[in-house]
Amino acid sequence: MIEINGLHKAFDKNIILSNLSLTVEEGKTTVIIGRSGAGKSVLLKCIVGLLTPDAGSIKINGQEVTQLNEKEYNKIRKDIGLVFQGGALFDSLNVEENVAFVLNEFMKLDKEVIRKKVKDSLALVGLKDIEKMMPAQLSGGMKKRVSLARILCMEPRIILYDEPTTGVDPITADAINNLIVDLSRKLKVTSIVVTHDMASAYKVGDSIAMFYHGQIIAQGSPDEVRVTKHPVVKQFIHGEARGPITDGEHLVFGHTK
Amino acid sequence: MFSVGKALYHFVSYIGELAILFSQTLYWAVVPPMKGERILTQAKRVGPESFFIAALIAFFIGMIMALQMANQMVKLSAEIYIPSVVAISLTRELAPVLTSLIVAGRIGAGITAEIGTMTVTEQVDALKVFAVNPVKYLVVPRFLALTVMLPLLTIFADLIGMLGGFVICIYKLGISPALYMTMILESLTVKDVMTGLIKTICFGAIIALVGCQQGLNVKAGAEGVGKATTMSVVLSFIFIIIADCLFTTMFYFIFQI
Repeated sequence: MIEINGLHKAFDKNIILSNLSLTVEEGKTTVIIGRSGAGKSVLLKCIVGLLTPDAGSIKINGQEVTQLNEKEYNKIRKDIGLVFQGGALFDSLNVEENVAFVLNEFMKLDKEVIRKKVKDSLALVGLKDIEKMMPAQLSGGMKKRVSLARILCMEPRIILYDEPTTGVDPITADAINNLIVDLSRKLKVTSIVVTHDMASAYKVGDSIAMFYHGQIIAQGSPDEVRVTKHPVVKQFIHGEARGPITDGEHLVFGHTK
Repeated sequence: MFSVGKALYHFVSYIGELAILFSQTLYWAVVPPMKGERILTQAKRVGPESFFIAALIAFFIGMIMALQMANQMVKLSAEIYIPSVVAISLTRELAPVLTSLIVAGRIGAGITAEIGTMTVTEQVDALKVFAVNPVKYLVVPRFLALTVMLPLLTIFADLIGMLGGFVICIYKLGISPALYMTMILESLTVKDVMTGLIKTICFGAIIALVGCQQGLNVKAGAEGVGKATTMSVVLSFIFIIIADCLFTTMFYFIFQI
């Protein structure tokens, strides 16, 4: 379970998170939707401890993590997987070494066991026979899937996805969505999915939260969000250029207002 | 407007950052587990892969020194001292400094470009999320490889530089091979070689720390990687020359060697 209360993060005068509160129940998937560059990835980085919030509280499985030192945080991180937006595969390692990274670093397992785990993890994301390929030889979608396989190898209790379906074809995107749903339902993995892809949000989310101006301004089940009357959420989910979100902007699709 | 105070502040901050990275590197170097293959991979890049260029430059420097001295020494009928001067200059000063500058340009730049790219593509963040300390994973192997391999490379540069001097002394000045060897062995002492090698351990540390520090602090994309790489080479050159001056002063005034 992840409980976030009154979270605040700013870079100089640029306020990214402002009194943000969010609760993700154990074994459930919460989708965070919001515009690009709004700070959704900053929220994920605060949860995994890559960024330290200026104020507020983050509790992971009941433990307050914002005050932990690096060594204490590392114990929490072994239960958390973050699927980075660009994959963040290690360039100097091949696919097999990337997927087996955590196993090689922290577990003394037999090479054959590791090879099998890598193969199984790759199969889960629909990939096979690419173990010896280097990340530079993979397409964007494949990198994302290998990145997900690397997380699956860790068997984490919490997975954070940073735009898991962006840049992949619709069929692969659907396969990734199915995988996120399976992990949540079968293995009771607690997940936060950051996305702009509404098809994905409706499919994987037990709950959808709208991120706007550093806060969660609305939250509800996919069915509730579909019929929302909230003007900001409505504009976003219908992908409309004109509305309250873009009111203060000087340009809308290249036309001066 | 250029401000001396501001520049001094930045310089002192930078030295502080290097000192912190140095202390972290020493700490993580003794924390198990130690993955030997990572150090060997880096050692191969520093040693065998830099050998040809270091040897080529040392050979020509040996030849140039002998030729430069030949005119003056012949006038004084002191050409038999040329082997001694070549050997002492090479071992105490030229081979350590030139080899270090070559390695700073070749390896230091490579370290910054590689780690800088890892930083901007979130690979360094991925290491942290996997509870792997980036200093242990990225800096320690490079630091150890450079501090061990640079002295070894310098020993080869000493020998090959003397071979360059040998070619000129034998074919241009008519000094016999036996006399060349005798003059070198009579004048060259262990402390001449050791002072040069001790310096290169420090130069190796400078190249590793500056290269890694620049790479880990890259801020903005490809342009940032390019700037950091340039800065890495420039700063390594400056610090190597300053450190060389300090070492030479220390050896001369304190240890009188």
